[in-house]
Order: sequence, then structure tokens, then C-alpha cells
Amino acid sequence: MPEVLKAPLVVEFPFTRSLGPVQSAFLTGLRERVVLGVRTTDGRTLVPPVEYDPVTADELRDLVEVAPTGTVTTWAWNHAPRRGQPLDTPFAWVLVRLDGADTALLHALDVPGPDAVRTGARVRIRWAAERSGAITDIACFEPYDGEPVRPGGSTGEFADPVTGIVAAARLDYTYTPGRAQTAYLDALAEHRAVGERCPSCRKVYVPPRGACPTCGVATTERVEVGPGGTVTTFCIVNIKAKNLDIEVPYVYAHIALDGADLALHGRIGGIPYDQVRMGLRVEPVWTPGARHPDHYRPTGEPDADYDTYKELL
Amino acid sequence: MTREIAVVAFAQTDTLRTTEEHSEVEMLMPVLHAVLDQTGLKTADIGFTCSGSSDYLAGRAFSFTLALDGVGAWPPISESHVEMDGAWALYEAWTKLLTGDADTALVYSYGKSSPGSLRDVLTRQLDPYYVAPLWPDSVALAALQAQALIDAGDTDEPALAAIAARCRATDNPHAQLRGEVPHGDYRVRPLRTGDCPPIGDGAAAVILAAGERARELCPRPAWIRGIDHRIEAHSLGVRDLTDSPSTRLAAERAGAFELPHGLKGMGGTPTVDTAELHAPFTAQEVVLRKALGLGDEVRVNPSGGALAANPMMAAGLTRIGEAAARIHRGESDRALAHATSGPCLQQNLVAVLEGDPR
Repeated sequence: MPEVLKAPLVVEFPFTRSLGPVQSAFLTGLRERVVLGVRTTDGRTLVPPVEYDPVTADELRDLVEVAPTGTVTTWAWNHAPRRGQPLDTPFAWVLVRLDGADTALLHALDVPGPDAVRTGARVRIRWAAERSGAITDIACFEPYDGEPVRPGGSTGEFADPVTGIVAAARLDYTYTPGRAQTAYLDALAEHRAVGERCPSCRKVYVPPRGACPTCGVATTERVEVGPGGTVTTFCIVNIKAKNLDIEVPYVYAHIALDGADLALHGRIGGIPYDQVRMGLRVEPVWTPGARHPDHYRPTGEPDADYDTYKELL
Repeated sequence: MTREIAVVAFAQTDTLRTTEEHSEVEMLMPVLHAVLDQTGLKTADIGFTCSGSSDYLAGRAFSFTLALDGVGAWPPISESHVEMDGAWALYEAWTKLLTGDADTALVYSYGKSSPGSLRDVLTRQLDPYYVAPLWPDSVALAALQAQALIDAGDTDEPALAAIAARCRATDNPHAQLRGEVPHGDYRVRPLRTGDCPPIGDGAAAVILAAGERARELCPRPAWIRGIDHRIEAHSLGVRDLTDSPSTRLAAERAGAFELPHGLKGMGGTPTVDTAELHAPFTAQEVVLRKALGLGDEVRVNPSGGALAANPMMAAGLTRIGEAAARIHRGESDRALAHATSGPCLQQNLVAVLEGDPR
């Protein structure tokens, strides 16, 4: 088994999400150090508030302020905080039923150790110093042994309400390409194109993905193809891609390497863009240190007959 | 219900901590071929294909379309996909067979968790407004549920450790964790390493068939007498984490509390002899046993369940497959299979399987 190729893969996305009227009021309230719940038609107060009753599906709009103090309904001790979590020192995850609420809110409780937390413990909100209208405006909870704090009378009317949040997310992966693509990439490093042949229909796939999509069987027999190939179809690119140092217009083409039953794609160079044509014979141009051909250029051979590549379009 | 539909074949991979030498389709293909071989069917004989997977696990967009290469999906086949556990793909295939559009269905699912950090990846399925920005990982949420159960007097840490030990005493050769496994330190208290499922890569596949076709393909089909799935409110603080009303309701609708098929009108006890429960964390088995009213006479998770192997997106389908395989082998006459999805048993599917009288 050859060494497994690996590469870091970061998937990062800032989701921009709009808020409904209840979510907007709740998150704006946090910015103003006010906690709002929503009253259901059967008289319960849900915190955090939702726009529709999870039991009856009634539309809920009756906002009511609850206290910043409450009671732990369950907890879990997190001795090794992970990236993005509310505190970077050991803390307890808690569900907290705020005074005046009938349901519980998930957050972190800042206590020195697991012996300092129990179900039924009294806690209060520690507000973040900078607040923007997000659940993280609550920095965490902290122990509280005073009287319940009387909530104010806010009904969710605020100046300059937040109407959306940007939720950043990042996940880190280690990408491994699998058996067939590893062999393909290893051959490319030697400036060779190696596909795989289906044992059933005999088609040669380049790049190989490990299975024949027609027969549903593993492709195993390695077949070197190219280096020459035929342009089967192409387009002229007039839009400059970000971070790509290629002058427009240029030609991007499907290229059937000799011996392959599937066209791959690549840029065509070494010829004016308006002279590229179907059937043009091309070969790869390699640059030192790169695993993929930089582009393909004309070989100077006569154009291929349409009949030789019409099945590969 | 006008058509009888059965699970006629089941195959699974070994679940491994990493399958880095294989792509998803390379990992999946052997189980696809194994279920087809069990029935003698070829890809072209299959009426409907449905799969379950999640691109978030390996961070590969549209990985399910690449996995379709392993089915032989060209020229185009009748096919569908759910971004869920394969148990829900099986549910879709079951409804497709009920309509009469197809007589056979191939259902598969796979999960390759090794490229990413699963505890963090799973935070992305949570409420994006109030919960996901706090990045509460899957073990932390399960630990909140476990503590609620302990507070309610439903279990304690030794009882949870006993559940882990019982599950891992399985003889299932595909299991990732088997035999004596140290219960370990707290991961997120009160859950210890042993209370948590192993993280692994794996795949599973089943074939469904209707009526006489099922009898042709399998000496003792595992008839799906009922199947249903239900979901609870997404806000954890709204739910009673010590109970699973959605599981109970799904079981009711699936007929788990009714008399066995052959005994209707003849008396008898409404029970199953085997239950394959998808309880990734020990405390969740306590919740499910309570919700389903399972007594000690029921064999629970002879396969080892998710504590022995928990390939994401495949572990639920595997519960149905394991229950069916026991019926195929004559080791069970009436089995309950359960699959779950989401934090703290948020969504639950229950199927009731029966073999013909022997």
C-alpha cells in the first residue's frame, strides 16, 4: 500500500441569517441586558423564545421579560473546553430555567470545579462586556445566592433592533483521496496520466474515482494514457477569476487523452484563443514542482476526425 | 397497508477508526456487492435505490453523488438520497415499495467521520440562533441528558458502566469496540469514555422486497409489520430529557405494542423477543427502555449496538439490518429496531419486524 496522501481541508462559512420578530426581540434584548420569553396560549413562558409553539404550533408573539437569575435543571462538567465554546477554562454546561420561565436555556456556568455545581443551584447571567445581539451576549452564568431579581417590564420594543446574525463556522478536516485517486495523483507527480479500466465494460476512466458508474464495480487495472489528447469541446473564458493569474480571454477545454474513455478538462495555451477548435490535438505542459499540467498546447499534428472522439463529447 | 414488504438481505463493513486509504465509494462498494450477492440480484434488477449520508462528516460536497458510482447509476436509475441516517432512507424506500412503483429496493448508508472532528462537526446540526454559536459538542449534550437521568433516580454511573460492558460483550465481528474495554475517565462528566460510542467509519446496506418477490429472494424474510418516525421540539430546554415520547409514539404507530401478526385475535402477549436500539450513549439506552417498556426478557442489542460501533448515518440502518438478520437466521421471531438522529435522541424511528411462523 503506497503512502496515503493527506492535505488539510478547511471548510469555513459565515452564515448570514435573518431573524423573525421573536428572535429579533430576544437577541436585541440580550444586547440591552434584558431577557425576553414568549407566552404560549396555554400560559407557559418559553425561554429562549420561539416563534411557534412546539406543542400546538400556535404563532407566538406575546413577549414578556423574565429575570436574569434562575435555577440549574441539569449540568455536565466540561474539563476540556473546545474551540468556540463560551469559556476557555473548565466550566459546566447547564440548562437554566430563568425565574419567570417554564423552559430552560443552554449555556455555560463559570465555577471552579464540578463540586461547585448541582442541579437546583441558583445562578445569574454574567453579561458580555461587548454585546451585539447574539446568544453570546450572555458571557456565561455565575453562582448567585441573592433574592430573585425582579424582571423589568419590557415587551420587546427596542430602538435599532437587530434583524440578522452572522454565524461564523469553521470545520477542519484532513482530506485523503482514496486508493484510485491516490494512484492518479502519484503518477501525476511523475508527469504521467494513469487511469483505471473497468473490468466489465473495459472503459478507461481518467481521473479514476475507484468505481465504474455504469457497472458499479471497482476499477482496478491501471492504464497509462496520453500524453497527447484531443479537444472534444471548449469554451472561451472572458471573466477573470479571483486569485488566478491568467490573462483573459483564454480557452478551457474538455480533452480526451489518447486511450481514455472520459474527457478531463484543462486550459489551452500556446495558440490564440480564437483559433482553438474541436479536434485540435494537444499535449500537456508541465511546470517544475506542480502536480497538475499548467496547461495543454497544440502538438502540431493534423486535427482528429470527428468520428474518433464523438462518443467522448 | 396493501403490500407486505420485507428486509431480505443485510451487509455491513467492519467499523474502523479510520479508512484513510479508501474513498467513500471504495469503502461502500463491498457492502453493496455483498447484499446483491446474498439475493442473486444485479444492479439492473433493483427497482429503487435510496441512500443516507452527510457531507459534513468528511467535508466533501456532494459526496453522495460520487458514492452512486458504486451502484452503477448510469444510465440513470430511480434513486433518492436523504441527508440522514440510512434508516430514514429505508423508510423512503418502504413507502416507494408500498406505492407499487417498485418490487425491490437497495438501501445503503455510510459515514466517514475520520477526516473531521466529529464532536465539533455535529454542533452544526443545532439551532443556529441560540445554540450552535456556543459550540456545545455531542458528548456535552449527551452528558446533560445523563445527569438529568441520574438526578431523576433512573440510573447511576455504575449502572451506565454495566450497560457499556454488556453491549461490548457482543460477539459481533464487525464491532469496533468489543470485549473488556476500560470505562476510562470523564469525557464530559457524568459520561466517561466508556459511556460514549467509538468514532468510526463504516457502511451498511439492505435490500427490501415486496410480497412473493421477498419469498423468492430470502428463505425467511423479515417482514416490516410497521415503521414510523417522530421528532421532538428542537429546543433542548423544552424537552424532558429523561423520556422519549417520540420513540414511544413511533413504536405505537409501528405496532410494537400490538399482538404479533400471526396471533391477532388469538390472545398472546404483545412483545418482541429482540430489540436493536440505536443508543449512542449508555444513558440513552435507559431512556429508550423506559419509553418502549422493554422488560428483561427482551434481548437488547445482541449486536453490541452503537456502543460497539457507531458509524454515523449507518448505525441506525444497521439496527434494522441486525434485527432482520436475526430473523433471517431464525434467532428471532419478532424484533424491534430503532434509529435515532440529532442531539439527545431528538428524532426517532421504530420498525417492527417479524419472521413467518416456523
